[in-house]
Order: sequence, then C-alpha cells, then structure tokens
Amino acid sequence: MAGVAVSTTINGDSVEYLCQPDETLLDVLRDRLGLTGAKEGCGTGDCGACSIILDDRLVCSCLVLGAEAEGRRVETVEGMAHGEKLHPLQQKFLEHAALQCGICTPGFLIAAKDLLAKNPDPTEEEIRFGLAGNLCRCTGYDKIVRAVQDAANVMKGA
Amino acid sequence: MNFDPRFSGRKFASVGTRPIRPDGVDKVTGRARYGADFNMAGQLVGRVLRSPHAHAIIRKIDTSKAEKLNGVKAVITAADLPDLTDGDAGMYDILDNCMARTKALYDGHAVAAVAAVDARTARQALKLIEVDYEVLPHVTDVDEAMKHTAPVLNDAVFTEGLEQKPVKPSNVAKRTQYGHGDVHQGFAQADFLVERSFKTEQTHQGYIEPHACVASVSSDGTADLWVCTQGHFVYRQHCAQLLGLEASKLRVTSSEIGGGFGGKTHVWAEPVALALSRKAGRPVKLVMTRDEVFRASGPTSATSIDVKIGARKDGTITAAEATLRYTSGPYAGMWAELGAMTAFACYKLDNVKTVGFEVLVNRPKTAAYRAPSAPMAAFAVESAVDELAKEIGIDPVDFRIRNAAQEGTRASYGPVYGPIGIGPTLEAAKHHPHMKAPLQVNQGRGMACGFWFNFGGQTCTDLNIGMDGTVSLAVGTVDVGGSRASLSLVAAEELGIDYSHVKAIVADTSSLGYNDMTDGSRGTFSSSMATISAARNAIKILRDRAAQMWDIPVDDVVWENGQALARGEKYGNLSPLSLKEIAAQSGKTGGPIAGHSELVADGAGVSFATHICDIEVDPETGATRVLRYTVIQDAGKAVHPTYVEGQYQGGAAQGIGWALNEEYIYGKDGRLQNAGFLDYRIPVCSDLPMIDTQILEIPNPNHPYGVRGVGETSIVPPLAAIANAVSNAAGVRMTHIPMSPPRILAAIDAERG
Repeated sequence: MAGVAVSTTINGDSVEYLCQPDETLLDVLRDRLGLTGAKEGCGTGDCGACSIILDDRLVCSCLVLGAEAEGRRVETVEGMAHGEKLHPLQQKFLEHAALQCGICTPGFLIAAKDLLAKNPDPTEEEIRFGLAGNLCRCTGYDKIVRAVQDAANVMKGA
Repeated sequence: MNFDPRFSGRKFASVGTRPIRPDGVDKVTGRARYGADFNMAGQLVGRVLRSPHAHAIIRKIDTSKAEKLNGVKAVITAADLPDLTDGDAGMYDILDNCMARTKALYDGHAVAAVAAVDARTARQALKLIEVDYEVLPHVTDVDEAMKHTAPVLNDAVFTEGLEQKPVKPSNVAKRTQYGHGDVHQGFAQADFLVERSFKTEQTHQGYIEPHACVASVSSDGTADLWVCTQGHFVYRQHCAQLLGLEASKLRVTSSEIGGGFGGKTHVWAEPVALALSRKAGRPVKLVMTRDEVFRASGPTSATSIDVKIGARKDGTITAAEATLRYTSGPYAGMWAELGAMTAFACYKLDNVKTVGFEVLVNRPKTAAYRAPSAPMAAFAVESAVDELAKEIGIDPVDFRIRNAAQEGTRASYGPVYGPIGIGPTLEAAKHHPHMKAPLQVNQGRGMACGFWFNFGGQTCTDLNIGMDGTVSLAVGTVDVGGSRASLSLVAAEELGIDYSHVKAIVADTSSLGYNDMTDGSRGTFSSSMATISAARNAIKILRDRAAQMWDIPVDDVVWENGQALARGEKYGNLSPLSLKEIAAQSGKTGGPIAGHSELVADGAGVSFATHICDIEVDPETGATRVLRYTVIQDAGKAVHPTYVEGQYQGGAAQGIGWALNEEYIYGKDGRLQNAGFLDYRIPVCSDLPMIDTQILEIPNPNHPYGVRGVGETSIVPPLAAIANAVSNAAGVRMTHIPMSPPRILAAIDAERG
C-alpha cells in the first residue's frame, strides 16, 4: 500500500512522515517518531492512555488516523516540560504520588492539562468527570484528583 | 545468614518520610520504558492465532499458505515448542497454555503464531492459517462443572485429596481441608445460626498495560528477553526450561511494568516470542491486544461458597464452616485452597472447618489477583458474620472485636499468630468518625475485615558505593508501585546518609542473583531486609577502611549517622570520617566498597485490615453510588507512607469495581462476551469518592524495622464491606457479586415478593 505523506506540528516542532492509510496516529507517534509517551492500553478509545491534544481538543490517538494529523497541531506528554522545568501538573503528580505503575500517567497529564485549560478552577466533581475517560488501576484516583487540585491552585497563582 | 532480622525498635531518620520516587520524573515526562516501548534493530512483529471455541480437539493445523505470504518470517505451532517439561505437571500446563497441543481449552487459547515484517502482514498471515477443530461440549460455570454430567476437560485428572482415588476422571482437580476442633459440637452449642450460599463472578486484574515483550534468540544458544513482568527471574527459569535454553544464557530485563496485581506472574506470550525469534533468526516483538489480555491471560476464579456460622447469645462464635469451590481454568490450581486457608483467618475459633474444591472449566487459566482467593472467601464469611451479628442483636464491629484473633490464637489455617493487627484495626474502626456520620434514606453503611498471609522468599541485593560517596542499589524485585523509593529510604536509613544520594534500580537476571517475583506483598518487605543486610555488610567494609586510614584496630571503629567514629578517649583527636571521605580513598585502601546480600526473607508478618463504606442504592434502578470509603490497615512500619496509602486506596478501588461492576460474561457458546474496557467496566474517576486511609503500625517482630507487606490485603474486605452496605441500604441480603443494578433490582423484587 502506498504511504501517505503528512506534514504536521508536534509539540511545536514541524514534523513530516509517511504513514499507511490505516495506521493510527498512536502507532505513528510510537513506532515511526519514537514518541512512546502515549501508551496503547486498549486500542479502542476506552482507557485514555494514548490521550493527546489535537488542535486544542483532547482525543485518543488510537482513534485518530496518522493521515488526519496533516496540517494540525499535536501535543503529547513529551511536550509538557520545558527543558528541566516540569509542568506544574507533572510536579504535583510527583509530589502527591499520583502514580504507582505510571502507565496511565501520560494520558492523565494530557487530559488534566486540557481540563485546566478549559476550566482553570474545577471542583472535585468537575475533575472527576473531566478525567473519567482515563483509566487508572493502581491509585483509586484519590491522589490524582488531589494532584490536579493542587496544580490548579499553583497555575492560578502563576 | 549472618544477619539478625529481629525488630529493634530504633528511631528513624529517613524511613517514614515521603520523598519523590527516583523513577518519577521519567514517568511524568513519558521517558520511562514499558514493555511495548522497547525495540531492537531488525525486529519482527509477532501475532498469535487463538481458538474461537471454548473446547475443541485440534485435528490439524495447516500453516503452508501463511508461510508463503511475502513478509512472513516464521510460523509456529505446538510442534515448535516440544515438551521438555520432563514430567513436571505444572510446567506442562504452562506449556500447553502457551500453545495448545491437542485441545483448545478456552476461547482465546493460543493455537499458532506468526512473525512477520509488520503488523498488517502478521494479521494477514493469521487469516491464512487453517485449523481443523472438532468442537466439544464445554462448561464455564463452577457448579455446573462439578456435576457428574458435565463435559470432562481432562481425562487424566482424578480428584486429589480424597481418601480413595476416584475411578472416574472429573473436573474437580483437588479437595483440600483446613481447620481444627469439632464443628458439629460447636454448632450444637450455638443459639443462633446463619447459613448462606454465595457466588462471585470472574474478574480480571485489569492492568492498563497489555503483556508485551521483545525476544531475541541467537544461533549460539544465547537469548535476550525484554518483558513487562512481576518476576523476571521466574520468567527466565520458565522460558529457559520450555525453550531448552541454559538459564544463564537467557538474559531477562524487566521493563517498567504498567500494572500487574498478580497477572504478570505467569508466562504466556514470552515462550512464543522466543520460539518465533529462534525460528526466524531475528528479534520478535509480541504485544497482546486488550481483547487478548481479557481472553487469554489469567483472570481470577469464579466461585461458589457455602458458609455456616453459629454463635451464642453473648456473641461468641461457637463454630464456623465453609465449602469453597473455585474455578482454576482448564488446569489444576490451588485457588480454593487459598480461599479455604484465609476464610476464617480473622477470628479466634475453637471449632472451624473449611473445604476447598479446585474446579476445571473452559475459561482462561486462573492467575493470582492481589491476595488471590481471599476476597471471595471474605465476602462470604464477612457477609454471614454481619448477618449473624444482626440476628443476635450485637453491633457488627463489637461482634467482630469479641471474636477477633489475637497474639497466640491458633489460626484457622494452622499456625499460631504473633503480634497481629486485626483487633487494633477493629478498635480504630469503632472509634472512627466515619462510623458515626449520619446516613440518608436509601443509604447503608457496611464494614468488613480482611486477612492476607504475606510472603518473603528468595531475595538478593547489591549495594555499591561510588567513589563520590553516592550509593547504587540494585534489587531483583520488580518495582510495581514505588518500591525503589522505599528501598532507597531503607538504604539511606541504614547507612546514615541522605535519600538523595541513593539510586535504586531493578537489575536484570544476568547482573544479580535469583529473586522470587514481586508477589505476596513481598517487594518492600523482602528487598528491604536484603538491603539492610547489604548495607550492614558495606558498613563492615567502611569501618575496616576507616581503621586503615586511621591505622587503628577495626574493633575501635563504630558507624553512626553516616560516619565512622573512633571509639575511646585515646582517639580524641581523630575527626569522624564520613562515608564520602572513606569512599574517596577506596582506591588506596582496598578497592571498591560494596555490600551484598543473599537471603530467604522469612517471617513476613501477616496482615489485617478493616474497611468501612457508605453506599447509596437507587431502589428504582438498582444503581449504586459509593459515598464514603475508609481503609484501616496494619503496615507494621510504613517505609514511605504515601505509597502505603496508595496501596490501600488502589486495593479498595479494585475491590469496589469487583463488588459492583466487573465480571466475565460468557455466552452459551462459551465465548467471552465482554473482552474490552467498554463492556468490562473498571471504576473510573467519577465513580469513586476520596478513599480515606488510616495506617496502623504493629511492628513485625521478624523484620529489623518492623515492616509488613502492605500491597494485597486492601482488596480483601471491599467485596464484603460493600455487600454489607448495599444489604443495609436495600434491606435485602446480597449474595452474588458483582452487585450490578439488575442483580440488586432482582434481589429487591424477590424480597418484596
């Protein structure tokens, strides 16, 4: 099958790649571009471990084709920190031990970033529903919710 | 073992603090490498063909068309994994489970596999493999499978544990019995009796990371395996045996692990990937899909349990009895036995008897799931205990306190307890504000207790001190939830240095001696013991080096707060030597400084917990909502309290999912109907409240710091605590887990008549 040529922007960088028409954006990120921060937990859009932001919209990259990224902006977990400086969400996830195994963490960080961009001062319930598309099997979500609350406070003050 | 593991009651500087974990930054930036994040040059994609039938004879497999497809580099069947198990029945079952030999025994059982240049070619190749099946009658229900009319899965299985060997094969692989006293006499003394039957459905550990590995076998008999596992040394042994490799020539590296909970303690895909790589002569990456994880990894048992408990008017239990039937998949297991051992472990009983039956069914081979088998037994027992308290008219917490096991109690499974935490967790529950909080209409409160043995096992640790005075700690227990942080704290504590100067890693199988896997809540318990031992060995060397530097006898050198001190007034002019100063001179005083430890970490302290929860039931729809949840558990000593809390919360959340939602649903055709996270629904963030925790610390006398394992016990009480809460809210006793809305509605309707 002939490849599709794609020009896109990933974490602020211009990127070009060839992909198959049936290849997901998740597979392109992981297998062609070496960006393995987004994880495949299900491949069916149920777990959120592959969450990315596509043109300001939170999506499961396993449900997006690689070809669909043409001309768009992609944000992944690899783009959250600036050099050595972690994003407040990343810092608060560490401080609150909001991860145990950590496989869901990139997806949660991206989903939380999207949530706080749209709602900088969410209630606990808004956080819980805002992150309901991401599965975590280790933490029971308690420390994740607290980390997001704490990060929201830090970001408001910034 | 030249090491004294007894509890010493010391004061701690590092242990008990809450620093950021050493692997944290990599995990929040996406750099951490999990099973599927690793690649090798020239690697192929492996895929597995799975049986669509629950039970079928494999008459013939024709792989010729698949082999001819351009881009296919290897196709394997059971013939490529010859039987090298040499009469080891357990290993033979593992081999047969990895690749069906004569019969497919469950929907999803592997029958063939391919390695191809890319995923699409591999998928196409699977479609070209022709399997001629003779479909057989199947059975998936535990009670149905025990009937003499049920299709027999394995003609070579005759029930073990009976006085006489049965004449006919059956699906009951084994009968086990535990207990003491005379239950008949005990029941005769009872004023009140509760007798109930319970069922629980099969659940999956639900780790978010599917099984994944990269295998590379060379023609010289050496091999590398990168894999997400809870026990890379055990995987090495199993894979080496099944592939006919020498263990020392198979190097297994454990990736970061994206959840395991017992489910990554068994090999499935790894021997297949190695066999594909051997045949293709290239590395092979094999990653399960989520559908494959549900259909073909190792979920927990479905169960059917009968419980009978009798008590006097004063609230003393006179006798307790349970019959526990657990599915083990198509192969023998010891799951009912664990249920039979744990069922009444919380209580001080003069007369107790439990009988377990291991039942073969056409479902995937059962694997451990966090305190395996205990949650189901606790659900049945703690439900009956609650009901009995109600009949007698005693508060359920007081009833349990009255009958709780204590130090010196003979456990229902045999041993005599040392210092234990069941009584203290119950007392804490009794006085917890949660117990007194008001409830509204349709809301109910439930509580329950849970027990888990905990495990120690073989453990090996290397502690290397660099010339700059920082410490590398190499452990062999896979870090499933923050143990590198807790073990770094322990190394810092013992050496008397700062946590930031210790870096813990999980070493591969060629770099460290054998370690049992991270199971039985043993990661921090056992590896901290080995770390303390290794640090003490390093301190001996540090003292010796200081003595050389001072030119005094080593017996006059003591180690305190991270430095060597010369003991005695005659050395008044010698300034202490810090670890860093001694390390800097190590090249001149005898070379590198290190401490090693190889031990069997005996004496894992048993663990108890009490949970309290509030549930609201909608009587119109049967829908439930968890309003409040409290976990109280004995940790012995919480090394990193934040991660201990995380274990309590995570276990409770898994238990909540099990209690209310999660179940394997099989169709009449024996096929799994809900092999995905959409239909097998684990709790999401909006399903749960904050989960409050209270850590109790009743020191384990068999660990220098008093540590007990903390990982598993938290999943034991929730099924029962929630069932008790739902029963109180709905006014009807719930006996079937999960308590999904239809089951709750049916129970309410039945009660109303």
